[in-house]
Amino acid sequence: MKRISRRNFLKVAGVSAAALGLAACGGSSSSTASSTASSAAASSAAPAEDVTIKVAAIETAYGSEMWQKVTDAFTAQTGIKVELTTDKNLEDVIGPSMQGGDYPDVIHLASGREAALTEQFIKGNLIADITDVRSMTVPGESKKVSEKIAGGFTDTSLTNPYGDGKTYLAPMFYSPCGLFYNAGFLKEKGWDVPTTWDEMWELGDKAAAEGTYLFTYPTTGYFDAFFYALMYAAGGPDFFNKATHYEEGTWDTAEAQTCFDIVTKLASYTNPITPAQANDQDFTQNQQLVLDNKALFMPNGTWIVGEMAEAPRADGFEWGMTALPAVKAGGDQYSYTWFEQAWIPAGAEHIDAAKQFVAYLYSDEACKLFAESGAIQPVLGIADDLDGDNKMFYSIYDNGAKAAMGNFASFTAIPGVEVRTVFFDPVNSLVSGSTTEQQWIDGIKSASDQMRANIIE
Amino acid sequence: MKSDKHRKRFVLLCVAPATILFFIFMILPTLNVFRMSLYERGAYSPNETFVGLKNFQHLLKDTQFIRSMQNMILLVVVVTIVTFAFALVFAAILTREKIKGQNFFRVIFYIPNILSVVVISGIFSAIYKPENGMLNSIIGLFRDMTDPILWKGEKLVIPSIIIAMVWQAVGYYMVMYMASMSSVPASLYESANLDGAGRLTQFFQITIPLIWTNIRTTLTFFIISTINMAFLFVKAMTSGGPNGASDVALNYMYSQKDAGLYGYSMAIGVVIFLFSFALSACVNKATSRDPLEF
Repeated sequence: MKRISRRNFLKVAGVSAAALGLAACGGSSSSTASSTASSAAASSAAPAEDVTIKVAAIETAYGSEMWQKVTDAFTAQTGIKVELTTDKNLEDVIGPSMQGGDYPDVIHLASGREAALTEQFIKGNLIADITDVRSMTVPGESKKVSEKIAGGFTDTSLTNPYGDGKTYLAPMFYSPCGLFYNAGFLKEKGWDVPTTWDEMWELGDKAAAEGTYLFTYPTTGYFDAFFYALMYAAGGPDFFNKATHYEEGTWDTAEAQTCFDIVTKLASYTNPITPAQANDQDFTQNQQLVLDNKALFMPNGTWIVGEMAEAPRADGFEWGMTALPAVKAGGDQYSYTWFEQAWIPAGAEHIDAAKQFVAYLYSDEACKLFAESGAIQPVLGIADDLDGDNKMFYSIYDNGAKAAMGNFASFTAIPGVEVRTVFFDPVNSLVSGSTTEQQWIDGIKSASDQMRANIIE
Repeated sequence: MKSDKHRKRFVLLCVAPATILFFIFMILPTLNVFRMSLYERGAYSPNETFVGLKNFQHLLKDTQFIRSMQNMILLVVVVTIVTFAFALVFAAILTREKIKGQNFFRVIFYIPNILSVVVISGIFSAIYKPENGMLNSIIGLFRDMTDPILWKGEKLVIPSIIIAMVWQAVGYYMVMYMASMSSVPASLYESANLDGAGRLTQFFQITIPLIWTNIRTTLTFFIISTINMAFLFVKAMTSGGPNGASDVALNYMYSQKDAGLYGYSMAIGVVIFLFSFALSACVNKATSRDPLEF
């Protein structure tokens, strides 16, 4: 998977995530150092005390301060020193030295960024196998890592990119994605939030009568989470797996046709100015359409609240989030779970110490420090302590929506063929009318054939 | 004899640092681009495999690359012609005519050139905004705007970029033409006046021929800078979108690097390098004239 972008979340993350505030249960971090010897805490590795590991983490809406706190706490816990690098354009900072063979020991990034660093490492088989971290004891605690990480997070193609049951990337900060809307506006008009696509189209017609549009999207990159959830809704996990592994004939099935038809129909309900603003510079203008009631729904993630915190909005505006509507009445509604990843480059110098650090990221202490800045680790029971908008967002799975996870299988790079340009960018043209549904499908089919032939097993 | 040898050694020593630096930082990387275009490798992968001309064969079949080249050529041609015409006319007016606030205009025209491309793309984003953008607001005075003009939409995105690029470049070339125009002796125009030549005749018969060497130089500048600036403008204004409609070759090369195709993007680099070289050579050859003296 390349360039499927949730980049805006990361790149434009100037806005603080304070709005995503958590009920940070008090207590200072330093006082909790239960100074267990590092060798006793870790089952598989016993690094020397004077080891210094290099940690490189992307600075996002959550800020970089939490990373400093977590690395300090880690050093206090294990005695392993940490040299921390954080930057909004992390790839530009660590890229040149990595090309020279000097790798950080732990890298925290998200796949789907424009520079596609993670994807390049996956394609090049350059990431260390961290399957054994799952059975490591979390430093300073008695639980194993696998007992802490919430179900499903280490079974996806994002963490196990080669589909061989081995884990290469550790799941980090997660966020449910779905359709965001102005709950106040819908209430005012007396419209219900649609639970099926048929209800969605009805609402679209009602909206058109009121002079507004049903849909918009920030950039086509946001269709990844949307399309994944749509594939789950149309054909369940089985279809999703076939489709994301480009199985022959998948795109000719009825389920696939349902997905294509829905996106195409949605394009006709989309605010027509959307494609002209669907770029990295102007995407917030598209998000603004929802705040101004010029479009009802947009695909997005929980970070939108912080990202648009300063933006003007219609009177009575109130954020609402729903899972993707079901394909048929009584069908399942899905919400894609987006998460970031931490991983160890195969060329790292201190792999054992790095594994300890990764294990430590799931400790209660680290989770609490991350949560103070709004970053939610995918560990069991963390959602219980949330409040505000976040409580509503993170409880989406408790309210009947199923979780969709995973992504398109990695394939060795093919000139001119990328997931985003083949699957999602043409949506711009569908909206403006310069591409037909059939042309879009044909493009996907021919690219899929090449992707299948180059899939990394 | 001896002092001559010393002298030679001295000159050699003086020239050596620049030559060595030039070799290491200019010649070697350029050669390396050519070498790497024959390999297949990721940007971070230590392994590379020799694939011969395979990367170039892929290029011929890559429709996205072909479209990005077309866009680039279109930009080079249109931006050059329009900027050239505007810069020349403005320069002639500002040097030959007596207008109030000449220096003011000179500064105004030059300002876009000192602005960063990111700032310019921000300005033009505000101008091109579909709803309450400057351009659409003005047009809205004369026609119904319920269906706003999408300046950055698929159909108009290239003309929109051209306008921004011309706006940015006019001042720079205008100042260059003004410099050479002002060195043309006023006596030539005076005698032409006495012979009854009008302003247009003077412009085409005196001004243009006498600044011809300068025009030739700027044409090469036009080609090189438009190729480079097109990348910056596209990257900052549209990221190649919507759906690749405004992609240019350098932007495509950059995105292919990110896609993990380092060798392939180097092959694109080679094509652009050769293209700009060949085009400059052609233009240089076509515009070659005996220099006029005054």
